[in-house]
Amino acid sequence: MTTSVSATFKIWRGDASGGAFVEYQTQLSEGMVVLDAVHQIQAESAPDLACRWNCKAGKCGSCSAEVNGVPRLMCMTRMNDLPVDQPVTIQPLHTFPMIRDLVTDVSWNYRQKLRVKKFSPRAPDRPDGTYTMYQRDIERVQEFRKCIECFLCQDVCHVLRDHEKHDEFIGPRLLIYTASLEMHPLDGEDRLQALKDEHGIGYCNITKCCTKVCPEEIRITDNGIIPLKERVVDEFYDPLKIVLRALGVKKQKTAK
Amino acid sequence: MAGVGTWDTHDYDVLVIGAGGAGLRAAIEAARAGVKVGLICKSLLGKAHTVMAEGGVAAAMANVDDRDSWKVHFADTMRGGQYVNNHRMAELHAQEAPARVRELESWGALFDRTREGTILQRNFGGHRYPRLAHVGDRTGLEMIRTLQDHGIHQGIAVHMEFTVVSLLKDAGRVVGVVAYDRERGRFHVFRAGATVLATGGIGKAYKITSNSWEYTGDGQALAYDAGADLLDMEFVQFHPTGMVWPPSVAGILVTEGVRGEGGVLRNSEGRRFMFDEIPENYRSSTADNEEEGWRYVTGDKEARRPPELLTRDHVARMIRREVRAGRGSPHGGVFLDISWIKSKVAGGAEHIKKKLPSMYHQFKKLADIDITAEAMEVGPTTHYMMGGVKVHAETQMSTVPGLYAAGEVAAGLHGANRLGGNSLSDLLVFGKRAGENAASFAREHAAASVADSEIQSVIGRALQAFDRPSGENPFMVQRALQEMMQENVGIVRIESEVEHALGELELLRARAANVSVDGHREYNPGWHCAIDLDNMLTVSEAVARCALARRESRGGHFRDDHPGKDAALGKVNHVVRKGPDGRMQLEAVPVLPLPADLAQIVEENK
Ligand SMILES: Cc1cc2nc3c(=O)[nH]c(=O)nc-3n(C[C@H](O)[C@H](O)[C@H](O)COP(=O)(O)OP(=O)(O)OC[C@H]3O[C@@H](n4cnc5c(N)ncnc54)[C@H](O)[C@@H]3O)c2cc1C
Ligand code: SF4
Ligand code: SF4
Ligand code: FES
Repeated sequence: MTTSVSATFKIWRGDASGGAFVEYQTQLSEGMVVLDAVHQIQAESAPDLACRWNCKAGKCGSCSAEVNGVPRLMCMTRMNDLPVDQPVTIQPLHTFPMIRDLVTDVSWNYRQKLRVKKFSPRAPDRPDGTYTMYQRDIERVQEFRKCIECFLCQDVCHVLRDHEKHDEFIGPRLLIYTASLEMHPLDGEDRLQALKDEHGIGYCNITKCCTKVCPEEIRITDNGIIPLKERVVDEFYDPLKIVLRALGVKKQKTAK
Repeated sequence: MAGVGTWDTHDYDVLVIGAGGAGLRAAIEAARAGVKVGLICKSLLGKAHTVMAEGGVAAAMANVDDRDSWKVHFADTMRGGQYVNNHRMAELHAQEAPARVRELESWGALFDRTREGTILQRNFGGHRYPRLAHVGDRTGLEMIRTLQDHGIHQGIAVHMEFTVVSLLKDAGRVVGVVAYDRERGRFHVFRAGATVLATGGIGKAYKITSNSWEYTGDGQALAYDAGADLLDMEFVQFHPTGMVWPPSVAGILVTEGVRGEGGVLRNSEGRRFMFDEIPENYRSSTADNEEEGWRYVTGDKEARRPPELLTRDHVARMIRREVRAGRGSPHGGVFLDISWIKSKVAGGAEHIKKKLPSMYHQFKKLADIDITAEAMEVGPTTHYMMGGVKVHAETQMSTVPGLYAAGEVAAGLHGANRLGGNSLSDLLVFGKRAGENAASFAREHAAASVADSEIQSVIGRALQAFDRPSGENPFMVQRALQEMMQENVGIVRIESEVEHALGELELLRARAANVSVDGHREYNPGWHCAIDLDNMLTVSEAVARCALARRESRGGHFRDDHPGKDAALGKVNHVVRKGPDGRMQLEAVPVLPLPADLAQIVEENK
């Protein structure tokens, strides 16, 4: 790519009361990502263009937006991976309330996290407060803990995006958060009842759209949601367990 | 724009500014002490700089090498800081870091493991033994998420996307702050018995930096304006390995973990130039041949470390020297190669991806480079601020009562140069101490009120840029400042250039006083930048003044006109404060002398 190439961007400008796409032209340079173009437009012609960012390296999950209709991190989307013979559209996440331009109100996600029962570890294994855990026991949970809370999966999940079940379904990010606690080798809490009754795991019909957009390549559905669903089924739909529960026999936590 | 309007008022016992590792740890501790805690941050929760830390957190747990102990960690920190550190902070840090790391594990953190099932520790520059607890190369994410997920259940009130613009004082102590919320642009007054600054660094004063937009020196400038002393402001760390290509990612960090895992530096002739010069005080502990260096990386306790793992200041200058001498890489850096270890390790490419997943990802995505097959191009990048708010070692209180500081915004622990991994542990150790002490201060000092007229004048100042119809674009002034600092007060300094910088800063200040912003107050980056400019100018001036006064080279501060150390200057720290006439004053104060027991530890570990 030579420095003389320029591109047209259609960026959504507006606030909760409404808005429209505005066209901007800017020069492209080698290695540029979408976030660079947004910054350049800000510096050249639109200093009040609102967008979030921090790390510029895909580590913080701040710069989420929909680029040409696809939920992505702007800082990890290279311009030379996009067709620039036509305008590049950039718009805010759809699933959350608008604040301004590319910035949406994602506070709902933070409120959902508070609803998930917190980590509750067993007593330390050694007097110095440490635990024995082997790498193989923590690998799965380490995968979930790679999450950078970009909320792209929340944005794309149809249960939230199209059906707006925000009151009944915590969404894929919070499901893998729950999975990271449920499968944590030290945790002793039980979140299955809540998953079923309050957090709406049943709404997920395994379309895997969340997994497709995850920039951390977390296998949200296969490794997180499906195993959780199986635990819920085991717990609540296993005939033997139903009988035991009816008899008031205290349940045992499934092996972790 | 209309008048300054009204504001909301919030009351807390302890108010923490900043939600990185230091701020979160402070808030958790203050909440544990049973007081009412408020937490303010510029970004969303969990996005602070700490999330970007890669390599690890240093703590002498001795899980991998049982010869390690707090004493060795202490001696390493002092040596790295070239003995101008606050020794008491270095001692507390080395002693308390292991407990702070273990505590994270009991809050849910999952560090990589040893075969025995304990926390794995890796090698890092300047640390004698493998000491950094880590999770691949995303340690900061693990740390901030653990603190965040634990913190939200402790009854802390979080105000995300708020920027503090001024501290409020009453009868000589800090009693709160004025802030605006970025989303709506409204002003808020927070009243508190004690205030903790945990705002991080100043990297955005430079053009090439690993730091984000948040690092505009706010905490240092807020403290300075409130009359607090700033310490060691000449000591800026330039990390040796930032990305240099493509231009849009220049400065983004390449973790030292790459070298810890066996990555080597080569110039355009293929030579491992780090062997060319090894500083005197590290000679006995550094390998003098490639084979021994590799044995060290693989855990051979008899082997000495490869010279790539010397301290950052030295490695950064060596790289600069190669580039200046015309032996650099095509885009003005040098080569960092981890792919060569494939010949040494079975399943090499997979091993590299497993150990350095985010580096693999970062280069693949941003530079089209597969680090398991090719060398990276790297060069120095502005990374960390050793200097900052002068604090009491044990309580973290600044020189202004009621104002505390912890983490990167505070100074003292690292002296002239910070060792990698010593920041994350700093955040935990001193964040906890700050929270604990702020809570007890707040118990004894009720919040006070501040006259409305004072609050109005703060708000009026913050809104000025809207009133100027045709001033300069604030982003242009910011860019000019960054280029000027990079050019004149960067990795290699010289008297004439630093003096020139001080003159330029005057001119930039005049330009900053004349910027204008358009539009509305809601999430307006131009306005945010206009407000940040004053802070960046204050810290830049402090860096320049201290750099001018230190007529020697030490740690992160290198003077081309005084390349050697000066024994007399090695016994002083520089303090700057706002003088009665509003101008910056500089004072040289004696370094705290080492007590005999600590001096002996230093001697034994030479
Ligand atoms: C890429 C990278 C990699 C690193 N790797 C390592 C490593 O491996 N090991 C290590 O030990 N160190 C590492 N460091 C250094 C370390 O990450 C930082 O020094 C450390 O995280 C700083 O933490 P902190 O809590 O002091 O501040 P931060 O985490 O930066 O938090 C600052 C907080 O203050 C808030 N804030 C700032 N100004 C204001 C204001 N005016 N009003 C309100 N809020 C404000 C911000 O919003 C933010 O929440 C690395 C740094 C970088 C950039
Ligand atoms: S798999 Fe489930 S959670 Fe993921 S997008 Fe589809 S419905 Fe939503
Ligand atoms: S799971 Fe993936 S997509 Fe969802 S928030 Fe986390 S990182 Fe983003
Ligand atoms: S800016 Fe951090 S993920 Fe894009």
